[in-house]
Amino acid sequence: MEQIEVVHVPKAEGMTGDPMVPRPVSIRELQHETHDTFTLTLEPPDRDQGLPFIPGQFTMLYLFGNGEVPISISGDPAAPMRLVHTIRAVGSVTRPLQDMQRGSMLGVRGPFGTGWPVEEARGKDIVIVAGGIGLAPLRPLIYHLLGQREDYGRVSILYGARSPADILYRRELESWGGRFDVDVSVIIDHAATDWYGDVGVVTALLGKVRCDAGNTIAMTCGPEIMMRFAARELNDLGVPDEQIYVSMERNMQCAVGMCGHCQYGPTFVCKDGPVFRLDRIKPFFSIREI
Amino acid sequence: MSGIHDLEQLIRVHPFSQGMSDEHINMLKGCAKNVCFRQGAFLFKEGEDAETFYWIRTGKVAMELHAPPKGTIQIDSRTAGDALGWSWIVEPYRWFCDARAVEEVRALTFNGVCLRGKFDQDPRLAHEMYRRFVPLIHRSLQATQLQLLDVYGAN
Repeated sequence: MEQIEVVHVPKAEGMTGDPMVPRPVSIRELQHETHDTFTLTLEPPDRDQGLPFIPGQFTMLYLFGNGEVPISISGDPAAPMRLVHTIRAVGSVTRPLQDMQRGSMLGVRGPFGTGWPVEEARGKDIVIVAGGIGLAPLRPLIYHLLGQREDYGRVSILYGARSPADILYRRELESWGGRFDVDVSVIIDHAATDWYGDVGVVTALLGKVRCDAGNTIAMTCGPEIMMRFAARELNDLGVPDEQIYVSMERNMQCAVGMCGHCQYGPTFVCKDGPVFRLDRIKPFFSIREI
Repeated sequence: MSGIHDLEQLIRVHPFSQGMSDEHINMLKGCAKNVCFRQGAFLFKEGEDAETFYWIRTGKVAMELHAPPKGTIQIDSRTAGDALGWSWIVEPYRWFCDARAVEEVRALTFNGVCLRGKFDQDPRLAHEMYRRFVPLIHRSLQATQLQLLDVYGAN
């Protein structure tokens, strides 16, 4: 009789149950954010505890009959009864997802992966650099920082988008910008004349950020090239790689470091990331083959 | 005299002059004016002779190109602490785009013709100014190249 090897599948922080088995969840709300981006609010699989997660973690969302996609959790970590994901409709799973109706069923696995270093950042200045839909994985972090505002130093949120119509969470950005204890800057690639904000690339905003470089934690999420240049600008400001965190994106499938699809150098993005301290992955940041 | 003194102070406190010698600040002052543009006013327009540059003190300037049929497109912006305009140092000294005050703008403006004349008298001043403008041009070129990549567009 053939012997079958039993493989232990590791669990990520915050996970309960078998990490490979999707749990059924229903769509509570679907809200369109921009022309190609929408936010799903799901009933958590556990109606008592919700789905606790660390800011920066992701889940695998399963659209039955279509497939599974890794999506960062973009809701408030203090409100685990609302499982929120903001999704860009670009692929064979995410496009039909945007046409789902309230009450429709999906499968969810997770949460998976590492989160933003909220504990290490305590007492320090915070610089958040987001681009495009990269703001979504950072929103739970922003909720956390604002919820425990007195625990952190200066907080700066820099956000770059393609055009004014592509700005994600516009009302929330305006609301955060209206606070006296947070600096919010939004910059867009190009605009018509009715735009009164900044125009250019998000890295251009870094030169005017107020922070104590030696006592700053910078966290960035967006297109990889944007994060690369943001990191260089942060280095120029005096923020070393050890104080910069990036959220990487790769082809995550099993989400527990077993299948190898998301291998990034010696790491797996799904289990060792998606949030990495920059100095730990920088050697691979500019290698084309990875 | 107080007006001249104020002008010198305004030059000294602007980030673009940081580390500049008294001698060079004095030379700059001879070509400088303190100006204000109301919201909607143009600082310069595409195709005009580029005889000035600006150090923005307050407010925001949109750099725009009119591109029918798309209309007018903002391609860049400048805010307090920024320098605006380098066409005055590159022949044929002509503006490439429009610059419009998105909100009231207070700025120092420098006469490029006056300053180019001083460059001939004192090459050290020319070096000092080029040393400050070249990184500005370099950063702007890099930013433009990133914008061309359309990094936020769908893959």
